[in-house]
Amino acid sequence: MTDLAPLVPRLRAICGDDGVVTDETRRRTYESDGLTYHAAVPGLVVLPTTTEQVAAVVRLCGEHGVPFVARGSGTGLSAGALPLPEGVLIVTSRMRRVLRVDPVEQLAVVEPGVFNLAVTTAAAPYGLYYAPDPSSQQVCSVGGNVAENSGGAHCLKYGFTVNHILGLEVVTPDGEIVQLGGGPDAPGYDLVGAFVGSEGTLGIATKITVRLLRTPETVRTLLAAFRSTDEGGVAVSSVIGAGVLPAAIEMMDALAIEAAEAAVACGYPEGAGAVLIIELDGPAADVEHEFAEVERLCREAGAFEVRIAADAEERARIWKGRKSAFAAVGRISPAYIVQDGVVPRTALPEVLRRIAELSARSGIRVANVFHAGDGNLHPLVLFDDAEPGAGERAAEVSGAILDLCIEHGGSITGEHGVGADKAKHMPAMFSADDLDTMQLLRCAIDPRSLSNPGKVFPTPRLCGEVPGVRRGVHPLVASGQAEQF
Amino acid sequence: MGDRMTAVDAGDRAVLAALDGTGAAARAAGPGDAVAGVPPRFVAEPADLAQAAAVMRVAHDHGLSVAPRGRGTKLDWGYPPSRCELVVDTRRMARVVEHAAGDLVVRVEAGLPLDELQDLLGAAGQRLALDVPLPGGTVGGVLATALSGPRRLLYGTARDLLIGITVVRADGTVARSGGKVVKNVAGYDLGKLYTGSYGTLGLIADATFRLHPRPAAQRFVLAEADTPETAQRWVAAVRASSVVPTAVELDRAGGGGPTAVAVLVEGAAAGAGPRAGQVAALLGAGASVREEAPPWWNRLPGRPGGLLLRIGCPTGAVAGVLAALDRAGASAVRGSAGTASLFATPPEPLPSAEDPAGWVERVRADVAALGGTAVVLRAPAGAADRLDLWGPVPGAALMRAIKSQFDPDHRLNPSRFLGWRAS
Ligand SMILES: Cc1cc2nc3c(=O)[nH]c(=O)nc-3n(C[C@H](O)[C@H](O)[C@H](O)COP(=O)(O)OP(=O)(O)OC[C@H]3O[C@@H](n4cnc5c(N)ncnc54)[C@H](O)[C@@H]3O)c2cc1C
Repeated sequence: MTDLAPLVPRLRAICGDDGVVTDETRRRTYESDGLTYHAAVPGLVVLPTTTEQVAAVVRLCGEHGVPFVARGSGTGLSAGALPLPEGVLIVTSRMRRVLRVDPVEQLAVVEPGVFNLAVTTAAAPYGLYYAPDPSSQQVCSVGGNVAENSGGAHCLKYGFTVNHILGLEVVTPDGEIVQLGGGPDAPGYDLVGAFVGSEGTLGIATKITVRLLRTPETVRTLLAAFRSTDEGGVAVSSVIGAGVLPAAIEMMDALAIEAAEAAVACGYPEGAGAVLIIELDGPAADVEHEFAEVERLCREAGAFEVRIAADAEERARIWKGRKSAFAAVGRISPAYIVQDGVVPRTALPEVLRRIAELSARSGIRVANVFHAGDGNLHPLVLFDDAEPGAGERAAEVSGAILDLCIEHGGSITGEHGVGADKAKHMPAMFSADDLDTMQLLRCAIDPRSLSNPGKVFPTPRLCGEVPGVRRGVHPLVASGQAEQF
Repeated sequence: MGDRMTAVDAGDRAVLAALDGTGAAARAAGPGDAVAGVPPRFVAEPADLAQAAAVMRVAHDHGLSVAPRGRGTKLDWGYPPSRCELVVDTRRMARVVEHAAGDLVVRVEAGLPLDELQDLLGAAGQRLALDVPLPGGTVGGVLATALSGPRRLLYGTARDLLIGITVVRADGTVARSGGKVVKNVAGYDLGKLYTGSYGTLGLIADATFRLHPRPAAQRFVLAEADTPETAQRWVAAVRASSVVPTAVELDRAGGGGPTAVAVLVEGAAAGAGPRAGQVAALLGAGASVREEAPPWWNRLPGRPGGLLLRIGCPTGAVAGVLAALDRAGASAVRGSAGTASLFATPPEPLPSAEDPAGWVERVRADVAALGGTAVVLRAPAGAADRLDLWGPVPGAALMRAIKSQFDPDHRLNPSRFLGWRAS
């Protein structure tokens, strides 16, 4: 705090008195994101309201060599927004305006603090919606979504945040305001693609142009109950194998169902070892045809009960158990770790069996809730934090699950990001050269590593001049007629 | 040229020997190897990733500038390289590394022709939902130029379908990003950066894509709009409907004639037919429904080697852009009306009073006034140096910084991309 004291008056001049938080108790409210076991009280907190304020804060940080961390709603699950005691936390919660909805171009321009669901709310009167739908969509920010390249239940068909961002206004780590992307085939390198998913390490998004989609004509949802996750896995494979691309395929295993029943009494079929929620959307005739096919394939795979939502209310009831699953495990376990790994879809049955073995061996229960269509597992590793050593054992199981994902050619994170939490797992998935190459991008944009340092990469790369023979400057460059590129 | 061929001096022999030592096929370059008119000294044809990495290391050690090359279909895009000593030809790297049909994922080496990949996938009832309006190119070349065609409306462009990439950096370092699962946010997504980088950041060695099932049925709805405004209105009506078209294209010859509009719907047989009917109703009495694409579908306009412009604009500005191109005497306009990404060609020949640079700047200014951008993808031989191919590039300073990190000696396709500004 002492080091940062000289910044306070200048930050107040930039953000106003009420836009700078110095009080320890208030700063403490920002000490972690959704992953509460990583915590650090930020040195200072600022609440800017405009791009210019963000840029001025970042420039000031640069002047003083002070690192900064962006924070949206703090729902992240990888400690991406974990603050720095020696740094400034830049919170976007006062940048919450939907600036424009353009129904003809089917896009919206929003400030970074806007809640994900607020985009769809603003677009709905025009029959449009914003497709990426993380389960946290009522409160997570679009800026956070951009930083994490967030997914959601429906990204199986519609893709992730990156597929829906048309343009960005970004404050770079040296405080410049730049426009990236903006139209189809924007000239130059795809900096929008590079920025989305960079977890706040390449600067701060201050304005976001998102693509809106036409609300589908029809949505059809079913719930299929199976004896085992194996049978459920077969159903998933045969649906995809039949050439059907559902909007969502979600699976829950027996323990996850038990938790959801305890929490919200979702009334899923009794005796189910697994349930699948499959949703199709699109033009009515196509959907009806494929929906019948999906129902048949589920029964063939062993579904002993298939419930079809007759209306929006029944659909909401089917989704209720799934949507409450994370919170619901609180009913059956005092503490839990939410894991986020990915395996090729065809490896799901094998990986689930191995997780069950891990669980049996360690005595740590694991509830599985996941995006089955794209192999994105969310194992919930349950433990009692009052029991000595249980937390460590749970962390071990959780880590072993990631190893399983990598062993099967998958990923250590499908949507929650690397953050501070998984940086140490990156070398299991990527070689030193891979990580070094990624960090060339970091060095180009944030050579002093001031923007969210310590996240994503286990070891920072030094961004000094790379040694190498520089030869043969082109005459046009020498004469100032061309820029070397 | 003749001098070059005979002057294989001791230095050249040493480089050839080093290239030979990589296991790649290496030879002195011939006249057919020129890159946009710039003659290289050597050609290396690695057969796999290890050889490609070794070749790039030799290039680094000898300070050679490098031009990656696939089948050469877009080698005349962008500026001619300011230096080009070694051509790294990827055509022998053409394996399908893995086709995980059940996971709808394929990993292929960069030298594989995209058409061959599509044939192979088609046999499995799948496809890479990426159209390429210039046939014959390799996967690597398509990625490096970020070329895309009609289906981009529904499926996005190459960057949206690419889920993993392996590259060889300027110094021979092999680096991978992404992976072979569709959903994956571990680390920076360098595939996005390499897509459309024109070989300036590294050699693309292999690529992993997400695939889609081949739809059971497809229908093309065709109609001719008498004015650009009508064409734009139709496109807006289709976009505002719930038919979920796969593509909405237009084609317009020079001279102010009608604009052909074609809408593709795909899906279950039971659905595609009725949806095509819905589209036909939106396009008026003259619309017809067919199972085959019109002849101009997914084909670049203009002649090989001619000036080719790509225009991006708001969809609501398409009529204005068509009118501006009429005024400028464009000989053809074609492309994705649904995403407002259009290819255009200049009058043939250009009126004697006008030079290509003047024509490009005129169109660019008109398009910019409508909120769009115009990029020259291909300039006629010898003309590129006199043109500003890219126009204003927001974020150019960041791009330059990226280039300098990935290729500190500026040996990879130097000046090919963005940087060669005629003064
Ligand atoms: C109950 C629950 C359910 C969830 N479900 C899903 C799900 O289904 N799918 C999914 O993908 N995620 C899910 N998440 C994770 C989380 O909601 C997302 O990662 C979300 O995008 C984070 O948004 P946020 O505003 O809370 O960001 P924060 O947590 O505040 O920040 C996340 C990261 O973004 C950076 N950041 C924030 N704003 C900016 C900005 N303007 N510019 C640059 N960087 C910025 C931060 O520095 C940090 O690295 C869930 C979380 C919870 C708690």
